[in-house]
Amino acid sequence: MKKEIVVISGTVLDESMRFTLVELCDFTKISPERVIEMVEEGVLEPEGSSVYTWRFDTHALKRLQIALRLQQDLDINLPGSALILDLLEEMERLKR
Amino acid sequence: MEYKDYYKIMGLSKDATPDEIKRAYRKLARKYHPDVSKEANAEAKFKELGEAYEVLKDPKKRAAYDQVGRGWQEGQPFTPPPDWGFDFGADQGFAGTQTGGGFSDFFEALFGGGFRRGRDGAYGRQTQAQGSDQQARIQIDLEDAYRGAVSLISLNVPQMDSQGRMVSNVRTLNVKIPKGIKAGQRIRLAGQGMPGFGGGGNGDLYLEIEFKPHRYFRAEGRDIHLELPVTPWEAALGATVPVPTLGGTVELKIPAGSQAGKQLRLKGRGLPGAPAGDQYVALKIVTPSARTDEAKALYEQMAKVMPMNPRAAMGV
Repeated sequence: MKKEIVVISGTVLDESMRFTLVELCDFTKISPERVIEMVEEGVLEPEGSSVYTWRFDTHALKRLQIALRLQQDLDINLPGSALILDLLEEMERLKR
Repeated sequence: MEYKDYYKIMGLSKDATPDEIKRAYRKLARKYHPDVSKEANAEAKFKELGEAYEVLKDPKKRAAYDQVGRGWQEGQPFTPPPDWGFDFGADQGFAGTQTGGGFSDFFEALFGGGFRRGRDGAYGRQTQAQGSDQQARIQIDLEDAYRGAVSLISLNVPQMDSQGRMVSNVRTLNVKIPKGIKAGQRIRLAGQGMPGFGGGGNGDLYLEIEFKPHRYFRAEGRDIHLELPVTPWEAALGATVPVPTLGGTVELKIPAGSQAGKQLRLKGRGLPGAPAGDQYVALKIVTPSARTDEAKALYEQMAKVMPMNPRAAMGV
């Protein structure tokens, strides 16, 4: 019998992509309030001046997801997550 | 299945207090958390640690584990006693960690009944839950990023078997690698993450791309770097030489009077995209070895005809 191979295609998270607050919440299954809190604590820095015009890039999506994991797995609060994320990025930069 | 020594995994003695268990978990979790850890086996370690903590932090599970585990050693072949049955309380079940997910067969054999009961609604607490997102890093060849490819990846995923127990399965997926993808970029596969239960949707799968080390190419974003060996006469007199690129061999014109380290650019010969990357070629001058008298005489003649001090700028 011939075995059928199913190939799955995904979306490449390209750096030109931008998400609205609603799209970001949809991706990460968290409430807008939590995202707003992350912006207030400096975990995320969206483009745009108001909640309605905020645009998040794929880098922000990655930071948000790491912050969620740090919170869940290590009980780290948002200012702590922001600090860790900044230090991780600094380490990445120094490595290059 | 192998016996797992959860105390050993956490570096604890059998009489550790709940506080000590928590402290040990926090310390090791910081060390091995895949998002922050630089340890090579961080992901596996973190998963193992999460499993150990899941059992040891819960007095009921810990007591059951202590009872069944008497006299066993880490890694020994293990079968649970025939009359084994672990009773989950109403608020039990296991949450696991956000990262990793999927416990060992050993854990499932001892405590794996929790999901089944939860799903059947006997205890009613875990009626519905969204599956969590999963992350994985995959290594691909630069050639695959250049041309696009289908990559076969294997993931460890907990799944429900016919008896409603959670078992850890290896799941393989054929994933399309789009042409022009860069290292560090992620592919989001909606609905391919951890299964939800009780009608909750699946999580998503995020694949982070890494390039396997290539014999001579190095990628930086979409640009490709290559060190190209040339002869002294090609560098001094200029020449047109063949250069490998991801798209095949091209001819490169080396200008006369080129020095070692000189960088030449092949526009648009990097990874495809809008715009496509370039290929940068750095010249590396390779001198022929003077094995014969004739070759030695040639070098000596060069020294006489073209005397130079390459260290003049160093003042020596």
